Amino acid sequence: MMSRMLGTGQGLAHVMAEARASYAFVERNFNLVKRYFNWEVVFLFYNIINTLTIGLIGVGQDERTVLYLVIGALLWGYLSVIFFEVSQSISWERWEGTIEYTFMAPVRRLTHLLGMCLFAIAYGVIRTAIVLVAVVLFFDLSLKGANLFGALLMLLVSSVSFIGLGLVTAVLPLMSPERGSQGAHIVQGIILLVSGVYYDISVLPAWLRPLAYISPATYTLEGARLALLDGVGTLALWPYVLKVLVIGVVSIPLGLAIFSWGERHAMRTGKLKRSG
Amino acid sequence: MDKALRCLGVTKVFYEHESGGGALGFIRGLMGGVKKQVVALQDISFEVSAGEIFGVLGPNGSGKSTLIRIIATLLIPDAGEVYVFGHNVQTERLLVRRLINRVSVDAAFFKKLSALENLSYAARLYGVQGSTARARMRETLRRLGLAEEKLTVPLEDLSRGMQQKVAVARALLTEPALLLLDEPTTGLDPKSKREVQEFVLEVREKRGTTVVLTSHDMQEVDRLCDRVAILDRGRIVALDTPRGLKEKFGRPEGTLEDVFFALTGKDWEEDR
Ligand SMILES: Nc1ncnc2c1ncn2[C@@H]1O[C@H](COP(=O)(O)OP(=O)(O)O)[C@@H](O)[C@H]1O
Ligand SMILES: [Mg+2]
Repeated sequence: MMSRMLGTGQGLAHVMAEARASYAFVERNFNLVKRYFNWEVVFLFYNIINTLTIGLIGVGQDERTVLYLVIGALLWGYLSVIFFEVSQSISWERWEGTIEYTFMAPVRRLTHLLGMCLFAIAYGVIRTAIVLVAVVLFFDLSLKGANLFGALLMLLVSSVSFIGLGLVTAVLPLMSPERGSQGAHIVQGIILLVSGVYYDISVLPAWLRPLAYISPATYTLEGARLALLDGVGTLALWPYVLKVLVIGVVSIPLGLAIFSWGERHAMRTGKLKRSG
Repeated sequence: MDKALRCLGVTKVFYEHESGGGALGFIRGLMGGVKKQVVALQDISFEVSAGEIFGVLGPNGSGKSTLIRIIATLLIPDAGEVYVFGHNVQTERLLVRRLINRVSVDAAFFKKLSALENLSYAARLYGVQGSTARARMRETLRRLGLAEEKLTVPLEDLSRGMQQKVAVARALLTEPALLLLDEPTTGLDPKSKREVQEFVLEVREKRGTTVVLTSHDMQEVDRLCDRVAILDRGRIVALDTPRGLKEKFGRPEGTLEDVFFALTGKDWEEDR
């Protein structure tokens, strides 16, 4: 009994220690954001302008089209931030030359990657919120009758699946220092093409459509649009939530497994770092 | 009592693509290409006692960094085993990682972040409490002669010598039992070099830290190390105290340069 209590106490202490360690990555990345603040402002500015120009395409038609496009731009903005932060986290450290110090720390890889994901979500939410405010002010959009909660739920659930996709691609820079980061950009481009960000996936050529069906962004966008444009109730969104969740539940463990395989490969072949 | 470090028959071979860049090189690379074998370490065995400063002396490309990386759990050897205070570096990786820290030639930092921000990141990773971490950082950096106002400046604005001192502070922040110093003074100005060297001696004196130090500076190794392994093309060609080496392979009053020449038939400088 005593030892079991002790065991739970230790287990808890262990979890706390790992949680604190994962915060190391969040703090570090926000410190980096602070240092590159001018770039942050520039990127955010561009992001807002980009969202507005896409919304403006619809202004000649009707409010629904504007909203349809703006939802696409906002969601894509958020999902690409998550995907980018997670998938580029390794390239970034390789570029800075810190990768060996991060990998050498007594931290589980799960904790490390979890920290990166926590940062990505926090950062993505903040950026998207700012763009959202700009968009609402600019277009004077009315969201009457929209199911905001349902849209938010879709967003949260989709974070999970995008983290999984990010993890699968984060491994690329471990395999090939030069081509890894390029690979991540290509994956991101393909997701943008097939997921129906600005159009219905039915307009895609038939040979591309299978890719749309496995992209979590497709279901996130469909669900969020139903919630915001048609005011569909949260309960009725379950098929979309379920599909996105399933992709997350499959891709996260898969991403972790591929990642630790990639780490071992890099440690065998000397791909982690060579100079110094 | 367990040895601080045991290396048993460690061997590491790298494979490099022969083909160059360009489209053809890219395609060859994809197809497996022509590979060149580089034997970085060949059957390396030695032991280091707790509290010892153990030197690894060798010219560029002799395998020093490869050895340090294997001990630091960053490279998996092809053959052989390494134990840090009795823990296997491959099967007990997390445990070993708690016991070690490392300083490499290049100051591996987030260059836009300040020394304090970089060190606070390291402290969190190793679970060192904030206040303890700050106290240790300030203490080490003051001891190494780094002014307080330099601590909040982006690291890219500090000189190489200062950056290396921050790297030493980062390694000591976690109070490692085994400290791995991979050419910690290469490229430093003479004053910074002396300061870092003295500090290494002081840390061992005060905390009993075991140190493995690689270098291609004969004087440095002579001055700091209790024992020295001389590495040449991935093999240990001699291992003894600096004095013992000079007696055996040179003249007692001679230098380690003489020893290296006697062992390899090569001039120290020409291999660098
Ligand atoms: N990651 C790596 N990939 C391929 N070859 C490597 C790698 N690391 C080292 N080598 C090769 O192994 C040999 C030993 O290198 P290294 O251990 O860095 O020597 P030192 O630190 O003594 O200069 C060199 O020939 C080097 O080119
Ligand atoms: Mg080296």
